[in-house]
Amino acid sequence: MYKSQTVSNPFWIMVGKEISDTVRSWKFLIMVGLVLLTCLGSLYTSLSDFTEAIKGASADEDFFFLKLFTHSDGSMPSYIVFVSFLGPLLGISMGFDSVNSEQNKGTLSRVLAQPIYRDYILNTKFTASLIVLSSLFLALSFLVLGFGLIFLGIPPTADEFLRIFIFSIVSIVYVAFWLNLSILFSVKFRQTATSALAGISIWLFFTIFYNIIVNLIAKGLAPVRFVSENQVVKFQGFIQNLMRFNPGQLFNDATTTLLRPSIRSLGPLTTEQTIGAIPNPLPLGQSLMLVWPQVTALIGGTILFFAIAYTLFMRREIRSR
Amino acid sequence: MDDSVIQLNNVTKKYGGFKAVNQLSLTINKGEIFGLLGPNGAGKSTTILMLMGLTEPSEGRVQVCGINSTTHPIEVKRKVGYLPEDVGFYDDWSGLDNLIYTARLNGLNPQDAKKKANDLMERVGLSTQKDKKTGKYSKGMRQRLGLADVLIKNPEVIILDEPTTGIDPKGVQELLSLIVELRNEHNITVLFSSHNLHQVQQVCDRVGIFVEGKLLAEGKIEELSKKLFTHGMYLIELGLDTDHKKVPDKEVLQSLLEPLDGIQSVKKEQEHFAIECSSDLSSGIAQAVMNADYKLNYLNKKEYGLDAIYNRYFEGGLSHV
Repeated sequence: MYKSQTVSNPFWIMVGKEISDTVRSWKFLIMVGLVLLTCLGSLYTSLSDFTEAIKGASADEDFFFLKLFTHSDGSMPSYIVFVSFLGPLLGISMGFDSVNSEQNKGTLSRVLAQPIYRDYILNTKFTASLIVLSSLFLALSFLVLGFGLIFLGIPPTADEFLRIFIFSIVSIVYVAFWLNLSILFSVKFRQTATSALAGISIWLFFTIFYNIIVNLIAKGLAPVRFVSENQVVKFQGFIQNLMRFNPGQLFNDATTTLLRPSIRSLGPLTTEQTIGAIPNPLPLGQSLMLVWPQVTALIGGTILFFAIAYTLFMRREIRSR
Repeated sequence: MDDSVIQLNNVTKKYGGFKAVNQLSLTINKGEIFGLLGPNGAGKSTTILMLMGLTEPSEGRVQVCGINSTTHPIEVKRKVGYLPEDVGFYDDWSGLDNLIYTARLNGLNPQDAKKKANDLMERVGLSTQKDKKTGKYSKGMRQRLGLADVLIKNPEVIILDEPTTGIDPKGVQELLSLIVELRNEHNITVLFSSHNLHQVQQVCDRVGIFVEGKLLAEGKIEELSKKLFTHGMYLIELGLDTDHKKVPDKEVLQSLLEPLDGIQSVKKEQEHFAIECSSDLSSGIAQAVMNADYKLNYLNKKEYGLDAIYNRYFEGGLSHV
């Protein structure tokens, strides 16, 4: 009884339709193929000299399973680097034509002539993509875990498992951030090509140019050699905060902290602060505390873009084509 | 007044400084087929969008079935079927699936939706094509599918925005007779927008002529034609032999034709004169011209078709009211 009621709610009918459309679309299949390939590639590179990685010289090296995600033999980037690189592309590819293609096909006005709330269009698109993304990323992480289990022959600890799980959640949030940005563009721009390019150019700006710009600023503002330690720390903090406007940087901070338990701070630490510290891995709770601002910022950005898309869309006039 | 289904009270829609719809008041009664007749850009589609709550009026009130479309669009959409101009379907889906989707958005359960969709496909004559993808449908088939899509929610009102554009004459006939049949069977109110007078004349009980955001005239077809016919019913084109004698000026000809009763205007065109008259005066004109020693090259009598009247009406614009 309950089931039949939920199924007949237009919201979930639309979500179902969006999911089936997404997983059958070529662009999604291509992106998944790409992600799967890189996942396999990075898994291969991390396993090929895994014995090197787990000699037990540092605190991180007790976490074999986390190594699977972060280690690389140098021939190919590791899994997290790939995710931080391909995740945005995946998000953009799933969202860039979500609203404007419906408008161009003339289906938007037909669907909106049905007794459904207008925000269902945006909400269902986002929900459907999020469901697909979550399945994809959780599946990938668990696949890597499974392979690791076969190769290593030991089960992951609860701590490792939780870290990997949270890492997957953070990846989903990161991709959702880009997804919402591209949904916003798809509401804003009538042409799908324009919205795709807008999304990709922002992504390129942050992956390539933003670092260059911050470096330029850093060079210009760098204090002279003989200044107090305090000032150097302040300067470092300032540059880092600049870097944190880059969503990719936030993601990298968050994931490396989660997957490298020995990381104790994301900012500069003075020698005074580190004196007496035992080089021990942080417990999961502490690592989480460390990345909380990053994750919150990513979620905040996601919601912000969604809100803008929402206000743009809700009172717009829907012409047939 | 009691059975009025669509009510517009002093509705104005502005786009910046431009008034797309200007102080429109209109009432459509239950079971009526109302034709909204006007050239492109007259504000017909904007009016329809306001009826569906897909855009907001700048001033005035829009009510459908006693419900305010601007504040309660969902309730309106439950009762109103809207066929947009150039309707879009999900091209990768079969016609039947497109219908089922709409049915389910209207709250039908899967079994009922399928049954209803099949029935309607039969009804609009697409039962043999129901499993074909809509991307491969012809324009006429899409329009018929659109009508089925509108009917699947058992509407009280259907609004058709230029439903016949781009369909061949036979398809138009079928579509129009289907509309009349539906009205007769279910007492559905139909609002039919078009720029084609012949089609409107064929099916509509009442017509409103809409130009530049204003309703110029409204009423039964016969009444309207009477109103329109006050200004010239016949157009006589008079060609004179230029070799024989110099062609007279407009004024000269006008004075020549003075004695004839019913001449309304004389215009000189490039090679001939265009004479408008309220009755058939061709023989009298010929006589008068010959008497004045002009040689008649040709005399062409045109009875104003409805189209011509319609064109004239729009050329004259507001001055005719």
